[in-house]
Amino acid sequence: MDRFLWTSGLLEINETLVIQQRGVRIYDGEEKIKFDAGTLLLSTHRLIWRDQKNHECCMAFPLSQIVFIEEQAAGIGKSAKIVVHLHPAPPNKEPGPFQSSKNSYIKLSFKEHGQIEFYRRLSEEMTQRRWENMPVSQSLQTNRGPQPGRIRAVGIVGIERKLEEKRKETDKNISEAFEDLSKLMIKAKEMVELSKSIANKIKDKQGDITEDETIRFKSYLLSMGIANPVTRETCGSGTHYHVQLARQLAAILQTPLEERGGIMSLTEVYCLVNRARGMELLSPEDLVNACKMLEALKLPLRLRVFDSGVMVIELQSHKEEEMVASALETVSEKGSLTSEEFAKLVGMSVLLAKERLLLAEKMGHLCRDDSVEGLRFYPNLFMTQS
Amino acid sequence: MHRRRVGAGAIAKKKLAEAKYKERGTVLAEAQLAQMSKQLDMFKSNLEEFASKHKQEIWKNPEFRVQFQDMCATIGVDPLASGKGFWSEMLGVGDFYYELGVQIIEVCLALKHQNGGLITLEELHQQVLRGRGKFAQDVSQDDLIRAIKKLKALGTGFGIIPVGGIYLIQSVPAELNMDHTVVLQLAEKNGYVTVSDIKASLKWETERARQVLEHLLKEGLAWLDLQAPWEAHYWLPALFTHLYSQEITAEEAREALP
Repeated sequence: MDRFLWTSGLLEINETLVIQQRGVRIYDGEEKIKFDAGTLLLSTHRLIWRDQKNHECCMAFPLSQIVFIEEQAAGIGKSAKIVVHLHPAPPNKEPGPFQSSKNSYIKLSFKEHGQIEFYRRLSEEMTQRRWENMPVSQSLQTNRGPQPGRIRAVGIVGIERKLEEKRKETDKNISEAFEDLSKLMIKAKEMVELSKSIANKIKDKQGDITEDETIRFKSYLLSMGIANPVTRETCGSGTHYHVQLARQLAAILQTPLEERGGIMSLTEVYCLVNRARGMELLSPEDLVNACKMLEALKLPLRLRVFDSGVMVIELQSHKEEEMVASALETVSEKGSLTSEEFAKLVGMSVLLAKERLLLAEKMGHLCRDDSVEGLRFYPNLFMTQS
Repeated sequence: MHRRRVGAGAIAKKKLAEAKYKERGTVLAEAQLAQMSKQLDMFKSNLEEFASKHKQEIWKNPEFRVQFQDMCATIGVDPLASGKGFWSEMLGVGDFYYELGVQIIEVCLALKHQNGGLITLEELHQQVLRGRGKFAQDVSQDDLIRAIKKLKALGTGFGIIPVGGIYLIQSVPAELNMDHTVVLQLAEKNGYVTVSDIKASLKWETERARQVLEHLLKEGLAWLDLQAPWEAHYWLPALFTHLYSQEITAEEAREALP
């Protein structure tokens, strides 16, 4: 912890910010110290930590001080950490928070996550060593440190060796995982080839394959995540799973739809349904494919796609065209309205409000005034006043 | 006692009739289907074994996730296509990404009034992490990109726009063509762009530059600053946090002082 020195936090010329992360706590070795909540910044030259509560409290050390780094995975009640092993501080180092420390490493605890990305970037900077090519002012060049790999301070060697072994062990696990994964992928590829062959046969002999068998085939494709070689869509319509799902959706969405004026965007539905499920979530494609079947199954909801590509679920009883008539009334009362104003008045999302106004325009009831101040709709007087 | 219309004998007779009418090709396809069904069962148990040994790797190791996704893509398999797929059920990759999708949508919605529906991947990442809370699994930017690609199926205009060295995530169905994207790239450096900037860098006519900027204004992606020296600045709120994260250098600080 004695490697840090106080700094203003301003970057020098040639020094660039690489990544920053809030919510980082510093440990001196294994000990918690008072620096418990700060923003950690990685630049091309230094690692900087600034206290979140007191911005004046800002310290840093040059990246050249780092011997090596490693990751420590999160656990129950513990955040993920990066352990940074450091060269000893140079004798002429500027003052910092600690005069001396018995530890030659610090830990950075990522209480608000971000450890993965930070570790990646820090590793990159340590590999690229950009600070060597872009010298900055003297104050930063306090210590180039002994060239890593050649001179090592006592005590670190043993630690390094142990960590090297641990890393090899982790690497071994990962490479084993990759090996197993590769074998699995070979088998998966065989399935893909087989499905292509079957699809070709089905295509050629259309009508001789029973519907039942086609459905079976589609469900196999669904399980494997193989796109239907004939239609190129990942299977949805026509499998029992999606039929079931469609019925479930009709049940779940009835009340929410009624509460929202009979119409919801598919994004809203996705969030609502998945939040309610908690686990075994639906993929976006599952949702879309199930919704495509709503009408065919004669369920009380339907999927509708607007010209803009926005997809919504409507109650069958909902007649958007009728809503347009009341939209026209609302706009006429106010003289003119933007989508945002209309949305606020009626209590709809801006997205759907815009769609309704666009539909009204398409039907000839409204006129647009498109300017830098926004898109505003007026009653179409050309129609009503002949 | 009910009289049964269908008995074992009737079924057998029916099958025989069906078989007679089927062409050889169809019989082959049937055999293949049966083969596929068997292979599928075997694959499922292989995957189960893999999951029991290595499921942790996928959770802990974002590199592994990337490799896994790439391998799947290479052989033509989409592990995220359906929550009902084996990959999702056994490795749990589905829930991870689909939930991330929900969180992404929520963040974009919350910030839309500020940035018009355009946000840097970096800022989105920070906000999502914050929302996930302390005990949740960490996510990488690659994870976000994959989740966003899946969200496109919902037809809401989710898009990923590379702009200089960063990515912008679009979450509203605003039409952004090549011209708009190129201007966004130009704006990335300073967070704003002017008509002169565009004419100088892209060699466009004034009218073309103005049209693009007006479109960005209309869509709520740009803010007009008429108080800027010399000429109007068009600021992009989506780039603000990206800008603030780059502290001014000592040189710039000196220059800014009177």
